[in-house]
Amino acid sequence: MVNKIVAARLLAEKTMLFEIEAEHIAQRGRAGQFVILRVSEPGERIPLTIAHRDVAKGTITIVAQEVGKTTRDLNALKAGDAILDLAGPLGRATAIPEGGKTVVCVGGGIGNAVVWPMATAMKEAGNRVIAILGARTKDLLILEDEVRAVSDQVIVTTDDGSYGRKGLVTEALQGLIDEGLKIDECITIGPVIMMKFVCKTTQPHGIRTLASLNPIMVDGTGMCGACRVTVGGETRFACVEGPEFDGHLTDFDELMKRLAYYKPEEARSLERAEHACRLQQAADQLLAERDR
Amino acid sequence: MAETGKPSYKFNKSKIKVPMREQKPEDRIFNFEEVPLGYTEEEATCEGQRCIQCKDKPCVSGCPVGVDIPAFMRLVGEGQFEAALRKIKETNFLPAICGRVCPQEDQCELVCNLNKPQQERQPGGVGRVERFLGDYAMEHGLNVTPQCDSPTGKKVAIIGSGPAGLTAASDLCQRGHDVTVFEALHKPGGVLFYGIPEFRMPKAILVREIDGLRQMGVKFVMNYPVGKAESLKSIRDRFDATFIATGAGLPWFLNIPGENLNGVYSANEFLTRVNLMGAWRFPETDTPVKDIKRIAVIGAGNTAMDSARTSKRLRPKKVYLIYRRSRLEMPARAEEIHHAEEEGIEFNLLHAPIRIIDDGTGAVCGIECQEMELGEPDASGRRRPVPIAGKTKIFEVDTVVIATGQGPNPLLTADVPELKRDARKGTIIVDEKTMQSVTWPDVFAGGDIVTGGATVILAMGAGRMAANAMHSFLMTGTTQTA
Repeated sequence: MVNKIVAARLLAEKTMLFEIEAEHIAQRGRAGQFVILRVSEPGERIPLTIAHRDVAKGTITIVAQEVGKTTRDLNALKAGDAILDLAGPLGRATAIPEGGKTVVCVGGGIGNAVVWPMATAMKEAGNRVIAILGARTKDLLILEDEVRAVSDQVIVTTDDGSYGRKGLVTEALQGLIDEGLKIDECITIGPVIMMKFVCKTTQPHGIRTLASLNPIMVDGTGMCGACRVTVGGETRFACVEGPEFDGHLTDFDELMKRLAYYKPEEARSLERAEHACRLQQAADQLLAERDR
Repeated sequence: MAETGKPSYKFNKSKIKVPMREQKPEDRIFNFEEVPLGYTEEEATCEGQRCIQCKDKPCVSGCPVGVDIPAFMRLVGEGQFEAALRKIKETNFLPAICGRVCPQEDQCELVCNLNKPQQERQPGGVGRVERFLGDYAMEHGLNVTPQCDSPTGKKVAIIGSGPAGLTAASDLCQRGHDVTVFEALHKPGGVLFYGIPEFRMPKAILVREIDGLRQMGVKFVMNYPVGKAESLKSIRDRFDATFIATGAGLPWFLNIPGENLNGVYSANEFLTRVNLMGAWRFPETDTPVKDIKRIAVIGAGNTAMDSARTSKRLRPKKVYLIYRRSRLEMPARAEEIHHAEEEGIEFNLLHAPIRIIDDGTGAVCGIECQEMELGEPDASGRRRPVPIAGKTKIFEVDTVVIATGQGPNPLLTADVPELKRDARKGTIIVDEKTMQSVTWPDVFAGGDIVTGGATVILAMGAGRMAANAMHSFLMTGTTQTA
């Protein structure tokens, strides 16, 4: 079986971690790169960043949050199932400083899954890694232990103060800057609005900041341009030229609008799937009652 | 039946081709089913009998893959369909596809001795008969998989499963080589799958033709973007020869304001969503395409016609086709232009887009065009369009599809900067007879990755030329056959 899921684990509400057999992606993949997958026929192609690679086992790890029909289908899979189609590693790898630098990795929500490989690569190259992990609430914070294992310092923030510091990741980042910490580089991944404000926080201080962008993709190999973003006034394809770009030059507002374009269709697709699911449950229940 | 001499029928002296029935425009704009309905056995036989079996056979040299056209036309004229199919498959394993997408009017049929437009005499209907044979095989479940030569023990990698890759795979497999085709997407076929719409070439036909290759022994590896999943170097280490046929998948934009607004698609994205991902059936499929009320398709090549006609079937109120030159310069096939007009697509020629207009929410509400007139001929010999001062026009649309061309797919080449490419176009530089790269003797390339965006049959011709040279290279170590 190709693309077999060897482990599936619930990390938080509607958030699953999958470890998948994909030897060539495990070998060739680097921090910051992504895969495109399809769960079923006639499913859509979605990009997911590689969270972890185990070269010895020949597996990759991805983390998916259920936001639409495809992620709903994906998160219903179990260990022993297979991913229908899995292509990668795609995109460019994170540019890792050669060592001796202080790097702050700022993640939010599902983006924390990608802080894990980024921090790992930064640390392995001999950099000092500070991770700031944000979540709405304690129960939604994922992969804290994994990130701690590869970071010199971890700051957790929650919107409601249920764990770590109460507040936003930008406040924690501002705190580090105010303390006089010399930050050589910042890298951020998470909701677009968060990345926008992380970049606004670092910009006045001239801290080079990379943002890992998550636009809509179709093929993910440079052929369609659905993922185009404006960086420094120029159109770039996130799938082949990214996904990481200079955050101070990125047009986040345009990205947010482009990400929202298909929201009505995504809702319709999800509603249709849930409706079918409810019908099935009702039918199962009726059959069970009849048999009783 | 004698192999030589006169056919066992009377020639059909009709001046015109046996007409092919078509779906009526008013019906077909509501479905994705094929427009021309194909020949019956009787119709095909009659058309086969129009071929005069001339000695000089200009059609054969007019065909990029050198199909023995008079031979199969004659067999069809004799009603020997299976024999005709075998004859065509000696040189072309994809008749059902070529019969549909080849520009015969510029190739075999152009040079046909019957073709005398001034006498209102039409050429032999090569494309139509070819398509009939492909369909006949499918309907009758005929398996005419060619016999492969005994194994040579040589391994060949084909990168890309479009027309060039499939042709080379077929030819090399027939000669006994062990062929593996690598495809980045989840379905094989390249542009035949993601680009050519269902109503021009049903996917079922492509699937069948590819199944035929699998039966011959060609191996297909999907979801495997070489350059990413594996380096070209590693592929070269594992295989005795490599053919790069990655196509022209890089969409060009116009570089005008507003191009990143919601509702602006490259033709590649629009067609990929609809064809490869099946968005026309959304929400039965998971990939959507927006409801379209009014759409502007920019460009006038085959891809523009495909985009315009595809969008028409998504039931918009209005489809505009916008092109900066005049009708004479439109690069699309005459048949495609004709079909597009029949379907009610409004051509706006001599209009050059200058900006796409934001509705205030980040989505398209219009496209402004500069009106043009024809000036002096330019380097390409075509009369250059020049702006008419002060004359612009705004088309109110919610969707814009840009179909002004594609460049070579950069995914593989970006991984191997040492592979020599044209500095301006990015196309791979090869010997034009052997398709051998000038960089490495074991690496060949062909199709759109070498020529830039061209046609399916030219890519197939390149696949054939490459396969010949690769066979020679594999067996003798040199591409010199003579």
